[in-house]
Amino acid sequence: MNIVVCVKQIPDPAEPGALDPNTKTLKRDGKLILDESDSYGVEMALQLADAAGGGEVTLVSMAPNSETSGLRTALAMGAAKSVLVSDPALSGTDALGTAKILAAAIKRVEGADLILTATESSDGYTGTVPEQIAELLGLPSITFAKSIAIDGGTVKVQRQTEAGYDECEAPLPAVVSVTAGVVEPRYPSFKGIMAAKSKPVDEVDCAALGIDPGSVGWAGGGQEIVTVEAAPAREAGEVVEDDGTGFEKIVAFLDNLKVI
Amino acid sequence: MSTHPDQARKFGEGDPHDFLDIDVLLSEEERLLRDTVRQFVGDKILPDVADWFEAGTFPKEMAREMGALGLLGMHLEGYGCAGTSAVAYGLACLELEAGDSGARSFVSVQGSLAMFPIWKFGSEEQKQEWLPRMAAGEVIGCFGLTEPDSGSDPSSMRTTAKREPGGDWILNGSKMWITNGSIADVAVVWARTDEGIRGFIVPTDTPGFSAPVIHKKLSLRASITSELVLDDVRLPESLRLPEVTSMRGPLSCLNEARFGILWGAVGAGRACYEAALEYSKERVQFGTPIASFQLTQRKLVEMMVRVNKGTLLALHLGRMKDEGRLSSAQVSFGKMDNVREALWIAREARSVLGANGITLEYPVIRHMNNLESVYTYEGTNEVHTLVLGQAITGLNAFR
Repeated sequence: MNIVVCVKQIPDPAEPGALDPNTKTLKRDGKLILDESDSYGVEMALQLADAAGGGEVTLVSMAPNSETSGLRTALAMGAAKSVLVSDPALSGTDALGTAKILAAAIKRVEGADLILTATESSDGYTGTVPEQIAELLGLPSITFAKSIAIDGGTVKVQRQTEAGYDECEAPLPAVVSVTAGVVEPRYPSFKGIMAAKSKPVDEVDCAALGIDPGSVGWAGGGQEIVTVEAAPAREAGEVVEDDGTGFEKIVAFLDNLKVI
Repeated sequence: MSTHPDQARKFGEGDPHDFLDIDVLLSEEERLLRDTVRQFVGDKILPDVADWFEAGTFPKEMAREMGALGLLGMHLEGYGCAGTSAVAYGLACLELEAGDSGARSFVSVQGSLAMFPIWKFGSEEQKQEWLPRMAAGEVIGCFGLTEPDSGSDPSSMRTTAKREPGGDWILNGSKMWITNGSIADVAVVWARTDEGIRGFIVPTDTPGFSAPVIHKKLSLRASITSELVLDDVRLPESLRLPEVTSMRGPLSCLNEARFGILWGAVGAGRACYEAALEYSKERVQFGTPIASFQLTQRKLVEMMVRVNKGTLLALHLGRMKDEGRLSSAQVSFGKMDNVREALWIAREARSVLGANGITLEYPVIRHMNNLESVYTYEGTNEVHTLVLGQAITGLNAFR
């Protein structure tokens, strides 16, 4: 059971993020860490490989400046190896461009039975890359997995919905996005941390992937960030006088938020 | 946190949490290990430690979680141990003690006091039998050297081991202030024999062994402290540590543990400084945060400077230890200075937090009370001072 997990290395959310005024994108020159939302996919992959009694978990990532610190975290958790795409031409790549790059990188991994992703990254939030990867690779795609099981050549997924979950299945290989919080990611063990530094990171650029640099990055972007505005200040809440129907209004309010 | 020249700090800017940019002195691997322990402490220790402290308990289940991470005997090679560098061990101790000195004490005792002597002085059979299970946290160990009447002068110990004609050993005596004693499955006990000091591996279910808990402590409350009572405890020769014949044995264990303490104390100090910094920026008096007052800023700066100096000292000693050139007197330097500075920081931080500083809602008084024990155990401040005095004068002031 060979599993590819797409992981992103993002600026540490614990430190205040900043936008580059020229590019209007997130500054990514500080310390990068493994996106927490990806740690669930890594954990899921390790559990599935374990349950299958063997196989490798391979990471695929795209990051500036040959950044590997987030990859080392996932390698220390137990992933076997990694493909890292790093190329100055990738600066400014949008969601579709990212999917093209990751799909090309996934093709470098031989014998991948299953590709796992997060549902969205914690810094970009487009939430579109997993399905784009599936389309580019011509593979079936299941989103929002809360649990995954392998049965022969089929992946069976409990797909989280607002009301509960759907039971879905697809033939392997397939792309499945994993909902954050559905498994408890393991801590990297010290033995894992020490082993991680000698695990292979296959670093490639656009040329190695056979990708035209003009089709990605700022050059290939299908979108332009025109302006960035500060978030509006929080507005005062609505005050409801209880005329005997207050409880109904509370229920309606909560229902509207989809929390009940 | 960055070395990029474009990001040089401007006048009036500085990272309050790593002012001297000490992070760049650590390898990527060391940082990942440090961050992992910090996260573990944040997830598993900080949410509950005030309750443990108030109740006077430490959850025994923590042993297996610590074992799974690799914390137990982490600096030892083989036998299921992680085999990290001394600096990595130090960083782990720092992060653990930023949680609570009790958690760090648990790891120090298991790894440096119980596992280390078996690893260093034990037979191959003893290592195979005990170390893997101790590394996994399945077996908890303790270390019996100090006695009710034998503290800084351990060679005055009264616990005896007498050899019977049949070859068995009979141990009698009592040990005091033993961390993990009542929850331990095995005790490494030091005793006087006709041929000198010897070390024994004592399974705690051996008849004649008991470990009553010491109550009414006001320090290290999130840690189990016990007495060990040895009443005609019969042990086979196979449970004696074969490779140790003098006080140098137990003293070498303490030297290992002190190395962890000189790192750990910085963690306790850092936690107090960070609590005071955060509190002082939010606490408003006379219409302004108290962090804007000159007297408070002086306290915060003195704390920050001491945390950074202590970290640099610990890292320097750690690098020396990894290069195999750290002397025990240099360990005394670190233990003496870093613990007293941590205690100074804790007391200063307590004053910044005012009345809130005395509650378990904040970590400060917990650390402050803990550090009173850390100041004294594993060689008192006074003894380490005299070790250093002897080292620079050549004159022994102990007796």
